Amino acid sequence: MQSTFDIILAIGAFGLVAIGLLGLVISSNLFRMVLALVMAEAGANLLLVLVGYRTDAVAPILGVQAAGTPMVDPIPQVLVLTAIVIGVGVQALAVAAVVRIYQAYGTLDVRVLRERFGLDVTRAAGLPPTRSLEAPVGGRPLPPPIPGLEDGADMAGQGRG
Amino acid sequence: MRNVASLVFTAGIAFLFLVIAAELGVGDTERAIGGQILAAAPDEIGATNIVTAVLLGYRGIDTLGELSILFAAATAAGLVLGRRPGPACQDPAGGFILRTGADLLFPLLVVVGLYIIVHGHLTPGGGFQGGVILAAAFFVPVLARPTKSLNHTAIAVIEGLAGAAFISIGIWALVDTGDFLRQLLGKGVMGEVLSAGTLPLLSTAVGLKVGAELAGLMQAIADSEAAD
Repeated sequence: MQSTFDIILAIGAFGLVAIGLLGLVISSNLFRMVLALVMAEAGANLLLVLVGYRTDAVAPILGVQAAGTPMVDPIPQVLVLTAIVIGVGVQALAVAAVVRIYQAYGTLDVRVLRERFGLDVTRAAGLPPTRSLEAPVGGRPLPPPIPGLEDGADMAGQGRG
Repeated sequence: MRNVASLVFTAGIAFLFLVIAAELGVGDTERAIGGQILAAAPDEIGATNIVTAVLLGYRGIDTLGELSILFAAATAAGLVLGRRPGPACQDPAGGFILRTGADLLFPLLVVVGLYIIVHGHLTPGGGFQGGVILAAAFFVPVLARPTKSLNHTAIAVIEGLAGAAFISIGIWALVDTGDFLRQLLGKGVMGEVLSAGTLPLLSTAVGLKVGAELAGLMQAIADSEAAD
């Protein structure tokens, strides 16, 4: 069977991806979503490198160990180099978007932003604003007319004229 | 309702991970082409670092795609952030310790970054790793003295020239041998700095391009107006 070290590595990689995905789905702050994305990408890269792992093998650098020692697979490491750089690009763009959203709306709460995005989009399209999801359902009943308050008389009982 | 959907999604992902973990066999996975590359790379490429040999020797065009993606992301982030609106509010300058530390760190970081770039085919490292260290080397003094920002024109010129150098080496290989980005200039003695043909040149081009790009990106983020 595999040694406990390999099992710990696999659990660590899957755990990072799970924590990142959970954070993306649950969090209500945009910046926490970016951090969860960073963790998920780190876990995915670790998982890719683990595919090429061989127990008790060394890094694929010649001249360090004696010739003939088994080496790990270099191909997943090359793919992960590319993946890390692409992840850095995606995270940079995400951080830039978060900065601009904060400058434009003043908040990073996803629920508030969802409402205001919807309002901005419908207003830019020229449509009437849709009902907010937080508004109470059904029409509000009008209060019954107060007897004695007709023809413009106000509450203090002094009528017009 | 949203939390229930999140829990169902998480349960599905957990089931997927369990299936993958059961079939993966960490520590003894099946090796498709890695073994052949480990056996053939020292004689064909002549680099001690087999990962760099694959990255720049066997699969150089993937590295070119990676450079394009990084360029697109940095340009898009610069467009999203916009230009600094005049002498807006700057961050306050750092104290004595920060300024002195930045002045001492700058030459050390430049030396370490250039070392990792140039020795990419001998020891773990390469263009991307050293490029990130070079970007940090040029951005730390900006953190200590925010008024002395980096020059965007110089950064764009360095980035463009380095990218053009990478592509022109590939076109030279195309003209010479008929394969784009094939390794030229002979293999040399394994273990020397000037070995493995054009691999050190490609590493230097990649390192300068990535360093300039990331320094410009961090400068753009620092330039965007600070919140009140």
